[in-house]
Amino acid sequence: MSDLEALVSQAEIDFSAAADAVALEQVKARFLGKSGSLTELLKGLGKLDPDARKIAGAAINTAKQRVEAALEARREALRNAALEARLAEESLDVTLPGRGHAKGGLHPVTRTLERIEALFRGIGFDVADGPEIETDFHNFTALNTPENHPARSMHDTFYLEGASDVMLRTHTSPIQVRYMQAHVARHAGAATMPEIRIIAPGRVYRVDSDATHSPMFHQVEGLWVGESVSFADLKGVVSDFLHRFFEADRLDVRFRPSFFPFTEPSAEIDVAFPSGPLAGRWLEIAGCGMVHPNVLRHCGIDAERHTGFAFGFGPDRLTMLRYGINDLRLFYDGDVRFLSQFR
Amino acid sequence: MKFSEKWLREFVDPAIDTQALSHLLTMAGLEVEELDPVAAAFHGVVVAEVLSVAPHPDADRLRVCSVNAGGEPLQIVCGAPNVAVGMKVPCATVGASLPGIDIKRAKLRGVESNGMLCSARELGLSEDHGGLLALPGDAPVGTDIRHYLDLDDNAFVIKLTPNRADCFGMLGIAREVSALTGAPLCVPEIIAAPVTLTEVLPVSIEAADLCGRFSGRVVRGVNARAATPEWMKRRLERAGMRSISVLVDISNYVMLELNRPNHVFDLDRVKGGLTVRWAHEGEQLVLLNEQTITLTPDCGVIADETGVESFAGIMGGASTACSLDTRNVYVEAAFWQPDAIQGRARRYAFSSEAAHRFERGVDFADTVAGVERVTQLILELCGGEAGPMDDRITALPSREPVRLRPARVARVLGLPLGDYAIEACLQRMALHFARDGGDFVVQPPTWRFDLRIEEDLIEELARLHGYDNIPTHPPVGRLAMPELSEGRRSASNVRHLLADRDYQEVINFAFVERRWEKDFAGNDTPVVLANPIASQMSVMRSTLIGGLVDNVLTNRRRQLDRVRVFEIGRCFAHDAQAVPVPGFAQTLRIAGLAWGTAQAEQWGATARPTDFFDVKGDVEALVLPYQAVFAPTRHVALHPGRAASISLHGQVVGFIGELHPELVQRYELASAPLVFECDLEPLLGSAVPTYQTVSRQPAVRRDLALLLPRSTSLLQVLEGLRSASPAIVQDIALFDVYQGKGISDNEKSFAFRIVMQDTQRTLADAEVDATVDQLVMYAQREFGAKLRA
Repeated sequence: MSDLEALVSQAEIDFSAAADAVALEQVKARFLGKSGSLTELLKGLGKLDPDARKIAGAAINTAKQRVEAALEARREALRNAALEARLAEESLDVTLPGRGHAKGGLHPVTRTLERIEALFRGIGFDVADGPEIETDFHNFTALNTPENHPARSMHDTFYLEGASDVMLRTHTSPIQVRYMQAHVARHAGAATMPEIRIIAPGRVYRVDSDATHSPMFHQVEGLWVGESVSFADLKGVVSDFLHRFFEADRLDVRFRPSFFPFTEPSAEIDVAFPSGPLAGRWLEIAGCGMVHPNVLRHCGIDAERHTGFAFGFGPDRLTMLRYGINDLRLFYDGDVRFLSQFR
Repeated sequence: MKFSEKWLREFVDPAIDTQALSHLLTMAGLEVEELDPVAAAFHGVVVAEVLSVAPHPDADRLRVCSVNAGGEPLQIVCGAPNVAVGMKVPCATVGASLPGIDIKRAKLRGVESNGMLCSARELGLSEDHGGLLALPGDAPVGTDIRHYLDLDDNAFVIKLTPNRADCFGMLGIAREVSALTGAPLCVPEIIAAPVTLTEVLPVSIEAADLCGRFSGRVVRGVNARAATPEWMKRRLERAGMRSISVLVDISNYVMLELNRPNHVFDLDRVKGGLTVRWAHEGEQLVLLNEQTITLTPDCGVIADETGVESFAGIMGGASTACSLDTRNVYVEAAFWQPDAIQGRARRYAFSSEAAHRFERGVDFADTVAGVERVTQLILELCGGEAGPMDDRITALPSREPVRLRPARVARVLGLPLGDYAIEACLQRMALHFARDGGDFVVQPPTWRFDLRIEEDLIEELARLHGYDNIPTHPPVGRLAMPELSEGRRSASNVRHLLADRDYQEVINFAFVERRWEKDFAGNDTPVVLANPIASQMSVMRSTLIGGLVDNVLTNRRRQLDRVRVFEIGRCFAHDAQAVPVPGFAQTLRIAGLAWGTAQAEQWGATARPTDFFDVKGDVEALVLPYQAVFAPTRHVALHPGRAASISLHGQVVGFIGELHPELVQRYELASAPLVFECDLEPLLGSAVPTYQTVSRQPAVRRDLALLLPRSTSLLQVLEGLRSASPAIVQDIALFDVYQGKGISDNEKSFAFRIVMQDTQRTLADAEVDATVDQLVMYAQREFGAKLRA
C-alpha cells in the first residue's frame, strides 16, 4: 500500500510542478496514460487471486481517483492562473480621457434668451419675431413717436442708403406692433379678442460703440394685452421674472417713473443684489409701462376696452450680471476661449 | 440738468436732507445721475493776502511768502508759479485738514512754513492746478473760505426724460419738489420795470405756426462791462455754465431760473424792425457759435432789414450778439411752436439750450415775466432805462381739459385710489380741476406739455402716490395650453444639435466690410448703411460666412489651431417683393465653419484635417429626419471641385464646401476651412413619424462591388439602382469606395450592401440571385459598370 500512497504523493508533486496545461497533460500520461504507472498496476491485477484482486483493485481505484482529483485541481488552478494573467494583461488606464467628439456650446446671450423664453412660456407667453430692417412706421410712428419727436434723439438710428423710410430697428418694440396688427386681423369679427401674451427677443441696432455700448445688441420685448391688465400685474410679472432669472429670492426690485413714448405710465426697473461685487447698488435693467392708448389704437385695438403692459429687457446686460462678465464687447468678438465657458 | 442744491432750496426747502431729496427726485422720475459736493470736505482754510514774496535760499522753484490770514503775518513756503504780492488766495492754516493733507507747522528745505496756499484742485473745486486760486481783490481777509465761496452746497445732475421739459429750470424742479413734499413754493418776485422810454422796436410775426407769442422791450444805456456778481457766477457754474459777460450771464441765469429761454439783441446792430418768419431757401446765417448754416424753408428765423439775424428758438446770430461795447439792447422772450423747432438743430449737427427746451415745449404764459426778469437784472447790474413791453400773441397751444375717471385709475394701476386721494394728489400738483359726476375734469397748466390724456394724469397720480406703493401681484389669466407642433422644431433645437456636434455658437455683427460681401457672396450690390459706425461695418451682410472666417482669424491670433463655429442670423438683400418690409429680403440663415483637425487633439484618434465629408455629416444630421440632396455646384467662395448645393424637398436651400484656395491665401488662413450655409426655415420642418410594419421574415444580404468610370457620382448610381430594384429590395447602401492599386486609374469601385426581404414569405435563393443579376445588368447598361472580382 505504501507504494500506492507514494505514487499518489508523487503524482500530486508532479502535477503541481507542471507549469502549464501542456506540461500537465504530459505528466498525466505518466500516471494515467496507456502505460502509466496506475494503468500498469490495474493491468497487473489479473495475475492476483480473486480475493487479493478485489482488495488490491479497490486500493488502486481509490488511488486513481485521488490522482484524477489532483489532476483536476491542478487543471483548475492553471485555468484560473491563465485567466488572471489574461485579465491583468488586458487591464486599462481608466484615467485616460474618453474618445470621440468634444461638445460645442451656445453663446451666453442665447443661453439667457433660452432661459427667458422658458420662464415666460411657463406663464403662457408665446415667442414672436420680426424684421431687423424696419419701416419708420413700425419702429417709431406706430409707437407714438412721430417724426421730429424729441424721443427719437434717444435712439441713434442706422439708416440705409437710398431708402428714407426704413432703418435698422432700434428696439424690439416694432414686433409688438406687427403682432398686435396680425392678432387683430386674425380675430376680426370675434365677440372678444383673445389676450395677447408674447415676448419678442432679437437683435437691435444703434449708432453707439464703447465699453458699455455695442452698435448691435439684444432686447427682449414683452407684451400682455387683455381686458384687465394693470400696472400691478406688470410689477408682478417683472419682479417674478427677475427673481426666477437670477434665482435670488432676496433680490430687490424697484420701479421708478420714466418716459417712453409708447407707454403711459412708464417706469424704469432697477435691481439690487444682496451679495456679490455689485451688492446694494441699484442697477437699471429694463424699461416698461402700460401700453399707450395711441399704440393700441394704431394697431386697431379698442383702448377703452383693453389695457396692456409692455417691457423691454437687455439680455446682454442680464447675461453680464448673471455670469459676472464685465465687458460687453466680449459678446461680439468671437473669441472661443470666452464663448466656450458657457457650455 | 445740473443745478445747485442751495439755489433749489431758495425756491422750496423741504425738511429732508440731501440724500433724501436725491432719492425723492429719482423715485419721482427725475433721476439723479450725479450728486457731488461742490467742494471737497475740508476745514481751516481762510482768505489771505500775500504781503511779500522772497526767493527760497535752497530751492529754485519755491518762494517764501509772508501772508496775512487775519492775525499775525504768517511765513509760508509756496511753490505756485502765480504767487504775487497783493494777491488774495485761500490759505490753509496750521491745523487745517484738506483731502489727503493735514496742515502742520513744517520745514520745507530748511525754511519754516506755517500753512499752505491752495489751488482750486486742492480744495476739490475743480481740476485746475495751474496755480493758486486767485480770489477777488475785495475778498475779506480771515474769512472762512467755505463761507466766502458758499461751498457748503451740492451739485445735482438730473437726467430729464423728454416729457419733463418743464424741469429744465429751477422753478420747474421746485414745483415738483413742492408737490412731492408739500413744502411751500417761493417764487422770486418779479417786479415790472419802471418804463422810462417810449421806444418800441417794430416787430412783425408772419408765421403763427412758428411763433405763438413774442414779447420784448428796448433797454438803453446799459453798461455791458459791468461785472457779473459772484452769486450769479456761482449758480451758473454749478449749473455747468461758464460766466461770459454780464448780459449773456443774465440771459442764461433767467433761462435756468424760470426755465424761460430768452435773447438779448444788441439793438444798435438791428437794422429797422424785426420780422419773425420762415427762412427762404438758401438764406445763410452765421450763428453765435460761429457756425455758418444754410437754411431751408422749414427753419424759423428772426430777420431785420438786412437779413436773417437769428435761428428762431435755437440760436442767436453773430451779427446782433451783445459785446462788451453794447450800450442798447432788445430783450426778447417768445413761445416757439415745438414742432417748428423739433429736429432742426440736430439736422445741423449741433444742439443748444434753447432748442432743447423749445422743441419739448416751454411755458407760453411767462414770456412777459421772462422779459421783466431779464430787465430787472439788467437795470440792477448794468443800469439803463426800459421801454414799454411789447407782447404779441398769435397762436397759443390749447390746453384741453382732461377727464379723469377714478374707475379707470383703478383699472390701469390695479389699485383703487379713492376720490379723496386723487383730489389730494391733484391739489399738491396745483392742477386745477372741476368735478363732473364722479369724474375729475383737470385743466393742465401752461408749462406742462405732457398732460394730454387720462393716462398722463394716471401717471401723475402714480408718481405722487409712489410706484413703490402700487401692489405687486401675480396676474390672473386664462390658462390655455400652447400649441406644440410635433411637425416643427425650434431654432433652439437646431442650435443645440450643432453645439452637440462640437460647434461653438457665435454672434457676429450684421454690418460687415464691403469686401466680405464680394469675396464670400460675389455680391456687388449689398444693402448699404447711410451712416455706418466705421468703414469695416458699412454694408449689411448677405452671407454669414465672412463673419465666421473672421472668427477663425480672431482665434488664430489667439493661438487656437482648431475652430468650429456657427451662427444663426439674418442675411439681407435688395428685393422689391420682400415681405414684410418691401425692398429688403431679410432671411434667417444658419452657417457653420470647421477649421483645423477633425477632432480635438487626443490620444485616442489619429489627427487628420477636417474634410468635406465631416461637415457634410453634420449637415446631414441637421436635416434629419429628412435627407438632403447634395449636388456639385459652383460658388464664388468655394473650391470648385469641393462644393455642393444642399437641396431639401426639391428646393436648393444652401451650400457646403471647402473655402476657395484663393480666399484661404487672401485671408491668411493657413489651411482651408469647410463651411456650410443654409436657410433656417426649411430646417425647422420635421416629420411626425408614421408606423410601418416590421417584417418577421428573414432578411438576405448580398454584397456587390462595381467598377465604374471615375467620373460617375454615387448619387447617379444609387438613384439608378434604387429605381431598378424590385419591391423585395429594402435597402441599398454604400459601404466601401476604392480607387488605386489593382484597378485602372480611370476607374473606381463602389461596394454596395443590398438587403432583400419580403414581409410575407422567406425569399428563395433563386429569386435573390436573379435580383442581384438584374441590378448588375442594369449598372452595366446604364453606367458601363463591371462586376469587381
